[in-house]
Amino acid sequence: MPTVTEILQTMDYGPAPEASDIVTAWLRSHEAFGHYIDGRLTPPGATFEVRNPATGAVVARATQGTAEDVAAAVAAARAALPGWSRLDGHERARWLYAIARGIQKRERFLAVLEVIDNGKPIREARDIDVPLAARHFYHHAGWAELVATEFPGARPVGVCGQIIPWNFPLLMLAWKVAPALAAGNTVVLKPAEYTPLTALAFAEICAEIGLPRGVVNIVTGDGSTGAALVAAPVDKIAFTGSTEVGRAIRRATAGTGKKLTLELGGKSPFIVFQDADLDAAVEGVVDAIWFNQGQVCCAGSRILVQEAVEAAFVAKLKARMAKLRVGDPLDKSTDVGAIVDAVQLARVTELVAKGQAEGAVLHQAPCALPEAGWWFAPGFLTDVAPANTVAEVEIFGPVATLTTFRTPDEAVELANNTRYGLAATVWSENINLALDVAARVKAGVVWVNATNLFDAGAGFGGYRESGFGREGGREGMHEYLVLPGPRERAEAPPLPPGTAPHPQPPARVTGIDRTAKLYIGGAQKRPDSGHSFVVARRGRVLGLAGLGNRKDIRNAVEAAHAARGWGRAAGHNRAQVLYYLAENLAAREAEFAARLSAAGVARAKAEVAAAIRRAFWYAAQADKYDGAVHSTKSAHVTLAMPEPWGVMGIACPTDAPLLGFLSLVLPAIAMGNAVVAVPSQNMPLAATDLYQVLETSDLPGGVVNIVTGARDELARTLAEHDDVAAMWYCGPPAGGRAVEEASAGNLKATWLVPNRDWLAPDGQGREFLRRATQVKNIWIPYGE
Amino acid sequence: MLLANTERNPGGPLRPDWFEAVAVNTPAAERRAATLTTRRSVKKVWQAAWLVNAIRCIDLTTLAGDDTPHRVERLCAKARQPLAPRIMEGLGLERLTTGAVCVYPTMVGTAVRALAGTGIPVASVATGFPAGLMPLKLRLEEIRYAVAEGADEIDIVITRAHVLDGNWAALHDEVAQMREACGPAHLKAILATGDLKTLRNVYKASMVAMQAGADFIKTSTGKEGVNATLPVSLVMVRAIRDYGERTGWRVGFKPAGGMKTAKDALAWQILMKEELGEAWLSPALFRLGASSMLADIERQLEHFVTGRYAASSRHALA
Repeated sequence: MPTVTEILQTMDYGPAPEASDIVTAWLRSHEAFGHYIDGRLTPPGATFEVRNPATGAVVARATQGTAEDVAAAVAAARAALPGWSRLDGHERARWLYAIARGIQKRERFLAVLEVIDNGKPIREARDIDVPLAARHFYHHAGWAELVATEFPGARPVGVCGQIIPWNFPLLMLAWKVAPALAAGNTVVLKPAEYTPLTALAFAEICAEIGLPRGVVNIVTGDGSTGAALVAAPVDKIAFTGSTEVGRAIRRATAGTGKKLTLELGGKSPFIVFQDADLDAAVEGVVDAIWFNQGQVCCAGSRILVQEAVEAAFVAKLKARMAKLRVGDPLDKSTDVGAIVDAVQLARVTELVAKGQAEGAVLHQAPCALPEAGWWFAPGFLTDVAPANTVAEVEIFGPVATLTTFRTPDEAVELANNTRYGLAATVWSENINLALDVAARVKAGVVWVNATNLFDAGAGFGGYRESGFGREGGREGMHEYLVLPGPRERAEAPPLPPGTAPHPQPPARVTGIDRTAKLYIGGAQKRPDSGHSFVVARRGRVLGLAGLGNRKDIRNAVEAAHAARGWGRAAGHNRAQVLYYLAENLAAREAEFAARLSAAGVARAKAEVAAAIRRAFWYAAQADKYDGAVHSTKSAHVTLAMPEPWGVMGIACPTDAPLLGFLSLVLPAIAMGNAVVAVPSQNMPLAATDLYQVLETSDLPGGVVNIVTGARDELARTLAEHDDVAAMWYCGPPAGGRAVEEASAGNLKATWLVPNRDWLAPDGQGREFLRRATQVKNIWIPYGE
Repeated sequence: MLLANTERNPGGPLRPDWFEAVAVNTPAAERRAATLTTRRSVKKVWQAAWLVNAIRCIDLTTLAGDDTPHRVERLCAKARQPLAPRIMEGLGLERLTTGAVCVYPTMVGTAVRALAGTGIPVASVATGFPAGLMPLKLRLEEIRYAVAEGADEIDIVITRAHVLDGNWAALHDEVAQMREACGPAHLKAILATGDLKTLRNVYKASMVAMQAGADFIKTSTGKEGVNATLPVSLVMVRAIRDYGERTGWRVGFKPAGGMKTAKDALAWQILMKEELGEAWLSPALFRLGASSMLADIERQLEHFVTGRYAASSRHALA
C-alpha cells in the first residue's frame, strides 16, 4: 500500500474493486446448476463449464438442456398458460411489479454476477444493465395493467420460446420476459451458454417472490438446446443473436405458424458532420464501440467522418482512447473489460487482422492487457475502404472502422451501403441536416447527437437483415399479442395456367381483341416468356393474360425501386391519388362488375362497390396513420415514425379478383410502398383491367407493378429477391411455407395473410397499415 | 507540445476564428459530466491522497459584506494549518497549506501580514467584484491597489454584457488591460458562467480571456444564481485544451462557488485528470474556490485516519 505522500507524486486512481464475496459464495453453494422448470430448480444433468472471461477460471457448471428438458419446460409453460392468461391484468401487473422490485433488491448481486459471467465492467452492469432491466419490468407492469383497454380484444400468443445472447444477459432476459408476461403469455427462455448465470439468479428471484409455477421456465444449454426450443410446440419464437442463426430459425419455423421476432446483427453507421461538437462525438464513440467491449448489436461500429474534420476528429479520438482503462472488470474505474470467450476473441482478432491485410490501419489504446482471460485492446481502423471486409462484416469487438465522406448525400449513401439496418447515429448541430439524415438512413433506431440510448418506452429493432419486430413500448407489445382476426376460409384452388391455344366454338365478334400484358414501371409490357395463358370459366375463354416469369419479377422490382419518390410524398398527396383512383373506378363501375360477373364472381356489383369504398378508406388513412412521441427520458424527444418498407411483394388470393387485389395493394401504397403484385391466378383480368384506371389516376409509374401468372412460383421468386423488403402472401399453407423459407435470404418481413370474405368489414383495417410499415425510433436529446 | 508553466500565458491578438464556429452540444456535455464520476472511483489511501491534494489546491475564500480583519486572520490561520495535527500525523504529512487565501482588496494587507513567511499566496478579487459594472478606469485602479497591497493573484470579473452582445473585441481589450494592470500578479478571469447561460457563450468567453492573457479562467464569483457546475467546467477545460493545442501555453482552471463536499473535490479532480491530464492537478494550474468544502474534507480525512466518523465541532473553524 503506497503512502499518501507517494500517491501525491503520481495522482493515480488506485484500485477500487467491487466486493464479490457474496456472489462467489452463492456460486460455491451451487455445485452445478439445473434448469428452472415448472417453478422448481431441477437437479443438474450433464453440465458444461461457465468461465469468468476476465480470468478464464471456471466459476460454475450449468446443465446442457436436452430435448426432453425443453419438452418438460414447454409442457409446464403450456399448463400454466390458461391460468396466467386469464388473470386480470391488474393481477399480472402486481407480479411484474414484484419482479421489478425483486431485481432492484438484488441490484448489486446481479451486477457483480453479470460481471463475473460476462466480463463487462461493473460500471456498466451497475449503471446500465441492471437498472434498465428493472425499468423494463416496471414499464411492462404498466402494460399488464392496461393491455385490456389499450389492445381491445387482443389475446396472448401463447407459449413463447425465447433465446437470448450473451452480451447483455439479464437485460435481454428482461426485454424478452417482461412484455411476454405482461401480455399474458408464458415463457421458456434459453440464455446463452457463455452467460447463463444471471438468468438462473433471476429464476431464484421468481421463486423468491412466488411467481406461479410454469409461467417462467429457464433451460440452459448451447445452440442445440436452442434448436430444440425452436422445434418444440411453442406459439412464438423471439430471438436475439447473430443474423446467421436468425436465418436458420426463420427457415426452421417456416410454415409452422409460429410467430417470430428476430433482433439480429448490425454494422451501424456513426456519422460525424463537420459542424458537430467533435468532443461530444468522440465521447459518443466511447459509448458506441468501447461500451461492453463493442459486443453490442447496435454498436456504432462504422464511423463516417466528413473529410473537413477528419484530422481533428482522429486526433481527439486517439487522445480519448489513450485515457481508457482496460482491465479487471470488477474495478469501478475500468472502462473496458474482457471479451466474453476465447472463441469470440479469436474471431475479433482474425477479422481485425484481415482488415489490416486489406489495407486498414489499426490504432489501439496503449494499455497493458492482463495475462489470464480474454482481452482485446480497444481501437479503431482508419483507411477503411467500403470494399474492405471489416467495413461490411460485424466485428463484434471493441474496434470501429473509420471512413470519410464529402457531402451529406455521400454520408447517407455510405450509411445505407450495408445489409443491416439496426441503428444509426448522427452528429450535427444543424437540426435540418440531422433530421434529414435521420429520415433517410435505413435503420430502426436513430440517435441524434447521442448514441446507445435505451428505454423500455421506446421500440427497438432493425430494418433489413437486422431482423424484424420491435422490443419495448407499444410496438413491442404487439409482438406478444394476437389481435382479433377474420374468420379464415380457404380460397378456390388455383387453376393451372394453360398456354396452349384453346379452341372455342365460333361466335359473334363483339369488339376488338384485347391484349392483357404485364404492368411494369407504369407501362404495359409483354411477358418475357412470350407466353399467354388462358383465363376461362367452365371452359369458356374470358381472355388471355401474360405468363410472367422470374425475369418479369426482376424487371418489376427494379421499376418499383425507381418509384422511391412515392414514399417521400406527403400523405395528403398519396391520399389524392387514391381518391382519384376511386373516382375513376366508380366511373367504370358497371364495366368492372360485368367483367367479374362473367368470371362467375357471385356478388360482382358489391365487390366493385366495396373496392371503391376501400380506396376511400385507405385514402383517408394515408395522412392519418402516423406515429408517436414516446415518453422516455426527460429532455429527449423520441419519435416513433412508421415508415414504408420500400418495395413489397404481394401475392393475391384466387378469390375476389378485384377486391382481394385492391385490399392488399391499397394499404401498401397508401403507406408509401411500391409494390410488385401477383393478382388472382384464376381471374387476373380484373387486375389487368385496372391498368387504365391506375394511369388515369396519376399514380406514378412503378408504384404498382402487376405480374400475372402462376402465383406460387412468382411469389417464391419475390420472396427470394434480396431487394424486396417485405412480402405478403395470401394462399394455401404450402405456398406460405415456401415464402417464409425463401424469405430467410434477406430476412424480409413476411405476412401470411389469411384469406377471408373480402367484402366483410375486416377486409380492411389498421392491421394492414401496421403490416405495411416498420417503425423507426428517432432519439433527439435537447437543451441549450 | 505544451510548455511547462514556468512561463505565463502571454496572450495575443483576438482570434475570433478560434471560437466563432464552435459547437457545444449541451445534452452531450451534461451526459459526459454525469458519467465522469461514475466511470472513476478513488478509494482508501488513494482517496485520502486526492483529498489532501484538493486542500493544496483550495483558494480558501471569504468574500462577504461582513468580513473584518479578524475574520480574515482566522481564515489565514486555517490556510496555514488546514488539518488538525493529529490528522496530519495519521496521514504521514509534515506540511500542508491551502493553495491561496482569497479576499476583497481592502483585506489584502491583513492577509499578507497574517501569511507572512508561509509562502501562501494572497488572491484578491477586483474590478468591481462581483458585477464588474464600474468604469474601466476604476476597475484597473482597483487591480493596481490590490497588487500594491501585496496580492499575488487577482481574480477579475469580466463584463458579461460583452459576451451577451458578442462584443469580443471589447472583452479582449478589457481583459488585456487588466492583465497589464496586474503586472507580476497572476490574473484569474472570472467568467460568471451563471450569467452567460449557454455553453457556447462559456466556450467563447473562455477563449477570449485566454487570448487576452489570462493565467487562469474561473467559473464564477459565487454570487450568481448558478455557480460552478461540472458541465460548465467541462466546456472550460476543453477550451483550455484547445488553446493549449493551438498555442502551446497552459492555462489554469478554477471552479468556484457551490462546491461544498469532499465528493465535489474528487469529482473536479477527476475532470481535470481525464480531460486535461495530471499537470492540472497541481495548484499551479488548478484551484478550487471554496470555503465550506475544507470542513467536509477534514472530516473525511479524520475518518480515514481513525476509522470513526468525525464531528466538525472537533475541527478548527476557518
